Amino acid sequence: MQIPVRCYPPKPDKVYLYGTCLVNSFAPESGLDAITLLQHQGIEVVYPAGQTCCGQPAFNSGYTDEALAVAKAQAALFPEPWPVVILSGSCGGMMRKHYAHLAPNDEQLAEFASRVYEFSEFLLHVLHIKLEDKGESQQVTLHTSCAGRREMGIHPYGESLLRQLDKVELLEHNYSTECCGFGGTFAVKHSDISAAMVEDKSRNLRESGASQFVSTDWGCMLNINGALEYQQQPLRGLHLASYLRQRTLPEHSPEQE
Amino acid sequence: MHTSAQQFKPQAHDALANPVIRKNFRGAMDFLRNKRKGVIPDDAEFHALQKVCEQIKQQCLAELPELLEQLEKNCLANGIQVHWAETPAEANAIINALIDKHSGVDVVKGKSMVSEEIGLNDYLDARGKSCIETDMGEYIVQLAGEHPSHIIMPAIHKNAQEIGQLFHDKIEDTPFTTDVDTLINIGRQQMRKRFEHAHIGITGVNFAVAETGTLCLVENEGNGRLSSTAPPVHIAVTGIEKVVKYLADVPPLLSLLTRSATGQVITTYFNMISGPRKSDEKDGPEEVHLVLVDNGRTQAYADEQFRATLQCIRCGACMNHCPVYTRIGGHAYGTVYPGPIGKIVSPHMLGMENTQDLPTASSLCGACEEVCPVNIPIPTILQRLRTQLNQGNADKRTLRGAGSARKASEAMIWKVWRYLCVHPRLYRLATQSVARLRKLVPLVKSPWNQGRVSPKPAPKTLNELLHKKGKTNANKPWMIV
Ligand code: SF4
Repeated sequence: MQIPVRCYPPKPDKVYLYGTCLVNSFAPESGLDAITLLQHQGIEVVYPAGQTCCGQPAFNSGYTDEALAVAKAQAALFPEPWPVVILSGSCGGMMRKHYAHLAPNDEQLAEFASRVYEFSEFLLHVLHIKLEDKGESQQVTLHTSCAGRREMGIHPYGESLLRQLDKVELLEHNYSTECCGFGGTFAVKHSDISAAMVEDKSRNLRESGASQFVSTDWGCMLNINGALEYQQQPLRGLHLASYLRQRTLPEHSPEQE
Repeated sequence: MHTSAQQFKPQAHDALANPVIRKNFRGAMDFLRNKRKGVIPDDAEFHALQKVCEQIKQQCLAELPELLEQLEKNCLANGIQVHWAETPAEANAIINALIDKHSGVDVVKGKSMVSEEIGLNDYLDARGKSCIETDMGEYIVQLAGEHPSHIIMPAIHKNAQEIGQLFHDKIEDTPFTTDVDTLINIGRQQMRKRFEHAHIGITGVNFAVAETGTLCLVENEGNGRLSSTAPPVHIAVTGIEKVVKYLADVPPLLSLLTRSATGQVITTYFNMISGPRKSDEKDGPEEVHLVLVDNGRTQAYADEQFRATLQCIRCGACMNHCPVYTRIGGHAYGTVYPGPIGKIVSPHMLGMENTQDLPTASSLCGACEEVCPVNIPIPTILQRLRTQLNQGNADKRTLRGAGSARKASEAMIWKVWRYLCVHPRLYRLATQSVARLRKLVPLVKSPWNQGRVSPKPAPKTLNELLHKKGKTNANKPWMIV
């Protein structure tokens, strides 16, 4: 399916942040880094405390009633017309594409979904951000998530942002468009197929020669980092928000604040 | 080697552990992906043509009952006899009776996946009739006593070494060779003899044109043409969804079919069969029959969303691009149609109770949908199939075998998950408790741990950190951070 062309609003004063359940539990620093980057662009960040999960795990497992109940509860937490910046192409895809499958006639859900922007998309197309690289020379490679690529079409944006960093060399890796094997419950229900996929993915990332890989999705990264750790390989993935914060605002690390 | 969809998991497991399968499929899929890319260099052009093809197929499906009647009428007018089969058993019986009527025993068959679907070879074998495959790939799998592992390239799981050995073992006076041209010639010699004597030729159909009563057959080896013209009787067998309304519908579909399938702009042969030999003609069959098979297709047809499954023109691009198929190959699925299309069509043919593991065997990465020439939303359909598999409400079980994979324990987990997700305080408590117990997480072993360590929760959740940092507003349920 072709992803519809999107028109972007002018730079707002305020945004909502949707951290996602994975960032909340496994990588809160990605959330803090995203907030720091947004604030440095002069944006006030509002974080609805009741946010939990976008509903995707249940939806993908075929539990649509449960997914819909959760989706509606989430949308209700974002009543103001501000953009919703989300730290995952996959959760973003859930909202942008699949909320309509859950409830085709639900106007509140549709209105909410229309305001959802994936983080890299928001930096590039709404903020028109200009990044100033303050880091050392480094070679990185970018893992694009399948949902980010095929449901949201955001895969070129991470690359555009990384290319703004003077001292960062972006390396290609083989089979970059192929899935890492996460797929939520797929990784548990069909663990050996999933494991074969992530084994290939982690090898391809390693063979790029990069000392760091970056991604916009923690789902993929929990999978790939878990495989790399299992293989006792030093390479790890970092969320794009954290990477950009480290490169451009090194003095604002979450630990120091 | 016979596989079954019920045994998907162990079959997939074995395939993953087989380095020859892994290597053969990875290599072949890379080759086919690159071939496709070579003839579809421009995304915009592809999307435009994809839209046209999708609309043609959707329109034809919208009018399917009328078009099938029109097809029958126009085929009859052309002298093509039309037969209807609801089940594989009916289809086999019809074909068997036709063969008997002509006292035939020698049957040649061009490539037809529907004939695989109905299990025709085994059926005829059991009745003392020999049906020889004349497509080179099909011939190889038949000789090996196997089934196709890919809908376009039936023997793609075999390398030249294996085929050389097979020919050496099974065909008299054949020295071992791995030279592909020599191998093809050996196969060809075997088939030639059969074409000369065959009583009956069986083929599939790619497009059945309602307005003209024409059967279109797309192929590369000329065996389809020989099978449909050399024997005195030609039987074409196909699924009811292959009907198109106009002759003008064919060129766009054909153009994307061949480019998606083999990366060819056009195949070597394109046959348009419009009836038996006429009195003033020197060749062609004396009789032409068309067998139209349902086999679960009307079940898919009845549901607006599942109906899209029938748009399929069997190009195989979805399997070529599928990361799961690339790793486990075609036989592991245990179905005639493997890969993404197999996962969405087989439940209708075999029942959900027999295909339980197929809809879940996907990461929903969407690579299939991206390349599908008729834009079938395969991941969305897989998600819907999962809903049917787990359906607890009997009134909402619309597919045969729906609800068969429902597990009370799993349903309960999702109920609890839902409760937590709509009760933020409890959710916070739960996630914070897990964070406190983070050191224990790696001790919990699950299938995830195959080749992966478990992710460790952070010591404090984002929500917790922001609560400390942010200004909470008493009247509004949010924090300004
Ligand atoms: S589902 Fe689409 S890509 Fe797959 S075989 Fe059918 S037409 Fe081709």
